Amino acid sequence: MHKYILKRLLMMIPIILGVTFVIFFMTYITPGDPAVLTLGEAAPAEAVEALREEMGLNDPFLVRYFNYVINMVQGDLGNSFVTRRGVIDEILDRFPTTLMLAFYGTILSVIIGIPLGIISATKQYSIFDNAATAIGLLGVSIPNFWLGLMLILLFSLNLGWLPPSGLDTPAAWILPVITLGTGSAALVMRITRSSMLEVVRQDYIRTARAKGQKESIIIWKHALRNAMIPVVTAVGLDFGFLLGGAVLTESIYALPGIGRFMVESITRRDFPIIQGGVLFLAITFSFVNLFVDVLYAYIDPRIKSQYK
Amino acid sequence: MINMNNAVENRKEKTHKPRSQWFDAWRRFRKNPIALAGLLIVLILILTAIFADIISPAVYDPHLGIVPAYEFQDLGNRNASPSWEHPFGTDNFGRDIFDRVVHGSRISLLVGFVVVGISMVIGVSFGTIAGYYGGVTDSVIMRFTDIMLAIPNILLAISIAAALGAGLINVMIAVGIGSIPLFARQVRSSVLSVREQEFIEAARSIGASDVRIMTKHILPNCMAPIIVRATMGMATAILSAAALSFIGLGIEPPMPEWGSMLSEGRRFIRDYPQSTVFPGMAIALVVFGLNMLGDGLRDVLDPRLK
Repeated sequence: MHKYILKRLLMMIPIILGVTFVIFFMTYITPGDPAVLTLGEAAPAEAVEALREEMGLNDPFLVRYFNYVINMVQGDLGNSFVTRRGVIDEILDRFPTTLMLAFYGTILSVIIGIPLGIISATKQYSIFDNAATAIGLLGVSIPNFWLGLMLILLFSLNLGWLPPSGLDTPAAWILPVITLGTGSAALVMRITRSSMLEVVRQDYIRTARAKGQKESIIIWKHALRNAMIPVVTAVGLDFGFLLGGAVLTESIYALPGIGRFMVESITRRDFPIIQGGVLFLAITFSFVNLFVDVLYAYIDPRIKSQYK
Repeated sequence: MINMNNAVENRKEKTHKPRSQWFDAWRRFRKNPIALAGLLIVLILILTAIFADIISPAVYDPHLGIVPAYEFQDLGNRNASPSWEHPFGTDNFGRDIFDRVVHGSRISLLVGFVVVGISMVIGVSFGTIAGYYGGVTDSVIMRFTDIMLAIPNILLAISIAAALGAGLINVMIAVGIGSIPLFARQVRSSVLSVREQEFIEAARSIGASDVRIMTKHILPNCMAPIIVRATMGMATAILSAAALSFIGLGIEPPMPEWGSMLSEGRRFIRDYPQSTVFPGMAIALVVFGLNMLGDGLRDVLDPRLK
């Protein structure tokens, strides 16, 4: 098991280098001169040229990429063009908000999605199942930025129950978490349902029924454990999806997370922040995927024996 | 198992002609209410886009002459509530929101088709090559998709859109690139299962070239999942493009794109919610329709999942 985790960690290195390359290339082709952006439009040409030399902007692309990676390995992702602070510091200030938002969103999707999916599957083609299927599909279809605006309209502006922005009180988390988690709850519900349906048709469930086992034990004990494997994958992938979705949610509710910061940085052409932010989220995502794969082993001993 | 027996019996009783896989699929499709509802919504979208100029004809503006309905500004009638004359009300420039939503369907449909077109052609090609040749080719292509998938999709689209700049074509490229790896992975796994079958060996033994085997023998047998993914992919593409426009990296005003309409209307949400309510409903409805259609198609084309 330890060997497997180590192997997976090593496999993450080329992926992260690849991500770095893609993002670095993307900002490389983005118009705008970082030296001018740092010094401002009015700066004299000599000062800009000196800074370009100092920042290594005159070096060829691959040299710049190589230097970026060397610095990255040493924990230095450069400085923000706008605030001049280190990218890592800027990101770490905001990362907890984004992480908590994605975390609560995941919890919401699990506590709503899994029970609904199970009930839907056990009563396949009932009115409840059809309604849940339709609502589930609607849930993945509603754009979360629009859902956010509608929730603000109803609960903040019309009813005045919850704040429309910021995170000053615990209640302020409610709307952002619902906005972010609804789509995932629907997704988790759909996957739980189809996975349960597949499992309850297997022979060992028929055996359990034949020997007169109570239906509730069959569903909650025999079937659920096997049905959970694809669900765990989905929840893991979902977490990454939520980290991305947080960009929009944070923008709508003006939350102090990385997502909104990155969107603002794009308009300000603050490349180091964009690079660092995407890299940070991609690394988090990779770790979550690894964690999910390790979690399998605890749910399913058959998988554990394959991890070598 | 029961279904299969029924199918065999039906076949004996009702018909003597062999039927194609697609005909059977259509028979099952007709009985699937979710798929039919989805198809209906998608057809309405397509008809709206085609007949947008008839539904919302051009208007005569005393200053500008004849202008498209979605550009006509009735400045004396700004932020009007929904009425018979303006079913969805008017926005901050006095533009009819209904007309703008109707014309916005053209943009969304275009984005959906072009994005799926780009990502399908590239993704399917790479996926087929990876699955068919295997080995180093496969590893290289799959590691590349791993890298792309390690970046949350919307972030990838945002970074590409930031690099290319706002605008319709750039949005389509940004969203399209992000959708390539999903197509590639899906097709690769279908190809892997078809590749080892005997009819492929037969084709090879009569001397068919690799390209011929891939295009004439393997791909037609992978079509069902590709169609399902393309339908769902269109829904995702429309959503992502609207999201990019919403944060100001996509299609810019005054084009009547639903996401950018939301972004404009957002400032007036407190007093005039109509300019955020209706464009968002349009996005949700279209995406809902495409997802229902895709879901239904999956049930129909891939009976194993039923």
